[in-house]
Amino acid sequence: MYKIVRKKALNPTVTQMEIEAPLVAAKAKPGQFIILRVDEEGERIPLTVAGTSPQEGTVKIIFQIVGATTELLNHRNEGEFIQDFVGPLGVPTHTEGIRKVCIVGGGVGCAIAMPVAQEFHRLGAEVTSIIGFRSRDLLILEDEFRACSDRLVVMTDDGSYARHGNVTVPLKEMLEAGETFDAIITIGPLIMMKFVTLTAKPFGVPVTASMNPIMIDGTGMCGGCRLTLQQDGKRVTKFACVDGPDFNAYEIDFDEAMSRGRMYSAYERRAREEVCNLFKNA
Amino acid sequence: MAVNPKKHEMPAQAPEVRAHNFKEVALGYSRETAVEEAARCLNCKTRPCVAGCPVNIHIPEFIQKVKEFDFEGAYQIISQTSSLPAVCGRVCPQETQCESRCTLGRKFEPVGIGRLERFVADWHNAHAAGKAQAPESNGHRVAVVGSGPSGLTCAGDLAKKGYKVSVFEALHTAGGVLVYGIPEFRLPKTIVAREVETLKELGVDIEPNVVIGKTLTIDELFGMGYEAVFVGSGAGLPRFMNIPGESLKGVYSANEFLTRSNLMKAYRDDPKTPIMKGGNVAVVGGGNVAMDAARTALRLGAEHVYIVYRRSMEELPARREEVEHAREEGIDFRLLCNPVEILGYSNPEDPRDEKNGFVTGIRCVKMELGDADASGRRRPVVIPGSEFDLDVDTVVMAIGTSPNPLIKSTTKGLEVNERGGIIVDEDGLTSREGVYAGGDAVTGAATVISAMGAGKVAAKAIDEYLSGR
Repeated sequence: MYKIVRKKALNPTVTQMEIEAPLVAAKAKPGQFIILRVDEEGERIPLTVAGTSPQEGTVKIIFQIVGATTELLNHRNEGEFIQDFVGPLGVPTHTEGIRKVCIVGGGVGCAIAMPVAQEFHRLGAEVTSIIGFRSRDLLILEDEFRACSDRLVVMTDDGSYARHGNVTVPLKEMLEAGETFDAIITIGPLIMMKFVTLTAKPFGVPVTASMNPIMIDGTGMCGGCRLTLQQDGKRVTKFACVDGPDFNAYEIDFDEAMSRGRMYSAYERRAREEVCNLFKNA
Repeated sequence: MAVNPKKHEMPAQAPEVRAHNFKEVALGYSRETAVEEAARCLNCKTRPCVAGCPVNIHIPEFIQKVKEFDFEGAYQIISQTSSLPAVCGRVCPQETQCESRCTLGRKFEPVGIGRLERFVADWHNAHAAGKAQAPESNGHRVAVVGSGPSGLTCAGDLAKKGYKVSVFEALHTAGGVLVYGIPEFRLPKTIVAREVETLKELGVDIEPNVVIGKTLTIDELFGMGYEAVFVGSGAGLPRFMNIPGESLKGVYSANEFLTRSNLMKAYRDDPKTPIMKGGNVAVVGGGNVAMDAARTALRLGAEHVYIVYRRSMEELPARREEVEHAREEGIDFRLLCNPVEILGYSNPEDPRDEKNGFVTGIRCVKMELGDADASGRRRPVVIPGSEFDLDVDTVVMAIGTSPNPLIKSTTKGLEVNERGGIIVDEDGLTSREGVYAGGDAVTGAATVISAMGAGKVAAKAIDEYLSGR
């Protein structure tokens, strides 16, 4: 059992928790993820590590309440426990040789982008962060990004806060103005990462995307997290849990990944309604 | 007294009933049947059966105890050499091991050794009072990586000798392939849990949610005071065929399909982890895992389940008993067939059509057997122009796995072969001092009992290595 040491709502649908898991806290690096189960009957879900405190032995996770399991998790409070918490899994974000980086985060993906931005900042790289949200009330981590970014652009899809538009707008402006980056790292909805990649392509800047597919074991056993890369004219199957979650975005078949991500969407809608009803009736 | 030429039949659920439930298929011998079957043993001097057992169970001796109605005595004899008798009695391929060597088997059917082993283990679990006693500690600590059959066997053997053993498991439950892979109807999970409980009583610590190679490395285990490490991390990444359509929704690896159903209990009425149920299902492959997947699909509610295998029944590697069970339940064997493409739904008019990207069928070609290949099996050759489609909603790829890279990539000096399997000597010792390995991590996908045999060999070697200190 793993204790919830702190819990905080970042916005109405996004929650941050710090979980006591000393072995994971001692090892986890930006870009890696964990898998948790809320209770004995629960499903396994992957969540990217949003930060660690090795001294305290805690791991920070940030999740959006999108399905039955995240709904259930959100009903656990400080001082309570979750059943299972395993990690760190996946390969840490590659930072070597990158002196000037652009981090492009979208929605709850910003929770994953934030520790990556912090890591580059700590390593002395010049960090530009572009973070986008649907609207003002979904904004998270603005102060944290400001603290670790040399330049920060905040976007909202509906214009209710900061600049109106999506993240590709300022990215394109910067690249067209002759701005260069050693790497663009994008983390967020698949559709956003796809368009960030298309935006950057004409300028030849390397783009890394952090993938978050459906997973079960997270250790390279089930193959559920597979995705297809286009490498040297060949389609190659990779496993996000052991080969990723970061991949060269130019090689990723985003359309296929989006389709695979919807495999259980009908099921998930029903399951979440059931959990919500459960808490309503309680 | 004349010997009964036939083994006593194993009582089983009727095929038409069991095809719709997840309860165990084989029901086990009664006390009377067990004693009668035991009476068939000639108690011959040569005891060839013992050499046929990868863990060398003292077979004639335990059968003698069954004859005498001393079932607990029989259990004590089995447990001297086997840590998981209730498991082995169910999933061992006895027909190619102990029973294939049986002297009686030269003239008649061999003694039903596996069925007797199962009876004895179940009797013990149902009747034996009291817990296993942890022996006095010898002060040495050993780490075991993975709680599958090889790891549990190694841990059990060492614990019985007084070693303090910690078993590190990546998943949330102990048992490895016994819990995520082998279905409930072949091996009830309560039986695995009971065997794990026995190990805990012997003083073994089980540490779930620790991925060796990630959470901790093997070098760190030595730093924590473990004096030897056994790696039984099992097989790894599932193989796919690299044909078009394998990323469509509805295509599973057998590992994923079985893990969802077994470990995550997706077979229950109200599962927390989803799985695609119903419709038509094609399982590609001919091993035991393919049989498990096909029979699981049937029980999940599939209307029609195909096994698609590129060779003929003669080459099909699954146990005969499993094949027979599958056939009785109505699994449709499409032999000498090979998939060339998985077909999916696509509505170009409406990209939001929810059916887009789901499997609709599997395109196969017919095969014929040509000359023998390097493995000695006749090589399947495509018959030109023989393409045909099967309408299916789900495809399960059960064509094997390749070794997991996590431990190799984080353990300096650990040598692996060209297929990625860890290289060991006859004692299970790897290229690293104090690091032993066994099971699928060494051999690639094989059987539960061969993994147990490897765990046993390594436990003996670790004992010799550490007792010399």
